Amino acid sequence: MKKTISLLLVLVLVFAVMLTGCGAKATPAAAPTETPKAEAIKVGFIYVGSANDGGYSQAHDEGRKYLQEQLGDKVETIIRESVPESSEVEKVINDMIDQGAKVIFSTSFGFMDFTEKAAKAHPDVKFYHCSGFKSGENFNNYFGAMEQARYLAGIVAGLKTETNKLGYVAAFEIPEVVRGINAFTLGAQSVNKEITVQVNWTHTWYDPAKEKEAAKALLDAGCDVLAQHQDTTATQQAAEEKGVWAIGYDLDTRDSAPKAYLTAPLWHWGKYYAAEVQNIIDGNWKQVNYYGDLKDGLIELAPLTANAPEGAQAAVDKAKASIIDGSLNVFAGPIKDQTGAVKVAEGSAMTFEEMMSVNWFVQGVEGKIK
Amino acid sequence: MIMPMTIRAIKKSEPSRLKAATIRIGAIILALITSSIFILLLDLNPANVYMKMVQGAFGTAYRARETIIKAIPLVITSLGIAIAFRMQFWNIGGEGQIAMGAFAASFVALNMSDMSKPILLLLMILAAMLVGGLWALIPAFFKAQWGTNETIVTLMMNYIGLKWIMYLQYGPWRDPNSLGFPKIANFTENAILPKLMGVHIGWIFALLLVAAVYIFLNHTKKGYEIAVIGESINTARYAGINIKRTILIAILLSGGLCGLVGMIQASGVNSTLSVEVTGGVGYTAIITAWLASLSAPVILVVSILFAALLEGGSYIQTVFGIPESAALILQGIILFFVLGSEFFVQYKFILVKNQNSVKKEVV
Repeated sequence: MKKTISLLLVLVLVFAVMLTGCGAKATPAAAPTETPKAEAIKVGFIYVGSANDGGYSQAHDEGRKYLQEQLGDKVETIIRESVPESSEVEKVINDMIDQGAKVIFSTSFGFMDFTEKAAKAHPDVKFYHCSGFKSGENFNNYFGAMEQARYLAGIVAGLKTETNKLGYVAAFEIPEVVRGINAFTLGAQSVNKEITVQVNWTHTWYDPAKEKEAAKALLDAGCDVLAQHQDTTATQQAAEEKGVWAIGYDLDTRDSAPKAYLTAPLWHWGKYYAAEVQNIIDGNWKQVNYYGDLKDGLIELAPLTANAPEGAQAAVDKAKASIIDGSLNVFAGPIKDQTGAVKVAEGSAMTFEEMMSVNWFVQGVEGKIK
Repeated sequence: MIMPMTIRAIKKSEPSRLKAATIRIGAIILALITSSIFILLLDLNPANVYMKMVQGAFGTAYRARETIIKAIPLVITSLGIAIAFRMQFWNIGGEGQIAMGAFAASFVALNMSDMSKPILLLLMILAAMLVGGLWALIPAFFKAQWGTNETIVTLMMNYIGLKWIMYLQYGPWRDPNSLGFPKIANFTENAILPKLMGVHIGWIFALLLVAAVYIFLNHTKKGYEIAVIGESINTARYAGINIKRTILIAILLSGGLCGLVGMIQASGVNSTLSVEVTGGVGYTAIITAWLASLSAPVILVVSILFAALLEGGSYIQTVFGIPESAALILQGIILFFVLGSEFFVQYKFILVKNQNSVKKEVV
């Protein structure tokens, strides 16, 4: 008796599966098949966080969507999220190439060595790595002068603070992050000589819980404007809960911390992605490393919200115009380091190489590069 | 009067093979149906998704190789864990043993890189197995000596092992050429496992070890003693088995195999050491070892299927553009049903009249 029941049950299940299978199969036949895109070039994007992390990876994903919109049927994009900065990167790239990808955008610093290795193994595929310092025959490096927008954000923070203590939640002690902290500090100092910037390291790009803890520690130390080099909005939310202010990063996230948010330095990757992929389609690919800036629109400071202090917009606009016309260089001397030693003499400025390898903080930063 | 009734789960005396198979197949079908509902919610065709999952795992030679690369650490770690589990020694410490094995292999790789390739690789293997084994031996020694709970101790030692690697990565072993990014230098070419048929030779180790562990557990005196200790410590004592010694040997082997996995992953897959080296294999292997009823040949099959589930799940992400979390949910549903079915293989439900409680009230 029991056996018959279990047999019956299994039969029912089998039928159910077959029915779901059949029922569902009928639909795609009606829908247009995906084959017309046969000639579309396949482009793979690899993110370190989730594609809707509210920050860095999402900014790249918006760029991808822009690319898809602009090139339409000519391009097919595929993505992988939350890829750890380990040999997994190489595997993900190989998987994408196995699925027909001809272009790979690898968007996190720690992906660099694995991307380089994959580029050597696949000479027929074009590789792009964001934020690193390596390139090769079929391998471009791309990034941008985020320091310019950080400097402008520093102006807003320097005008806003009442305690003269700014906080900075930062990921890793690499030149990119150090450069951003220095630029932010110099920007704030340009309007407020008294400020200091306290740095708290998280050792992760993407970990909302850790980022929030680090932000809280800064708030407890008396900071009343927080900036971040992190991929999520956790820092802004910590500031919101404390009733103070924050500057975002990557994306305009004014809605996620409406009372705290002042502005954010932004990335606009879309134009670059669309232009590069179009070049590849046209057979005009070149080995050129790209470093975009405020002028060409890769970088922007988000419009200030009503939380921003009076006069900030005017100060930002003025500095922005000077940066764009070349009369203001964020890293022009004199610049002193934390010990008070002059690192950049008056009348000179940091070279590109010096900027790309900077491993010291300017005076006014409280924190250590380990 | 209505007799109070409750549902009780009782252990089946001897589950018949046919019944067990029916239950397992039923579970897989149920899993597929439940996942289908989820897939339909994503506006996708379930049949198509399942087909793509299989294709993603075995569809091309490249993907089959990737599945095998994922299966290798699972097979060997499961074997190691199975040896301990046979003895009812709950070694949850695979993660830590893998990490420490990888650490030892990396120490050799980074400091003696001028040696010839075969000798260097052999040294790395020996160092990894030794350190992995010793790492497992610490909780075993505590248990044999003072009867501590090995589940807790092995689990805790995972964190110590992984934090140790993290310390090295952020501190003394950080690659000075990485401009401050916390990563350990890559191994030189002669510290990297050679490939055979497109996959690093860890797969040969895995196959050999499956045979070796099978023979060890089923056809040697030590293997038999391990099983006896697992069934009943008193029987083992009565039979004159040296219990402490057998426990220590078995755990040394168990940890040694996990340590070997650390070497294989660091050398064959990552070409360096990082906290990502374990990839959660130490925990996943507990599932695979258990699903395989601790039998070496079945471990091989289950590990490959599990690796296929992971690979297939990763493939459908890019093919259908579904988020990673959705792929994880699908894997989770399938795993949930398969693991859940094991309960029904072991136990059956019966209705019992609550006479006990009635009697107690009377008394």
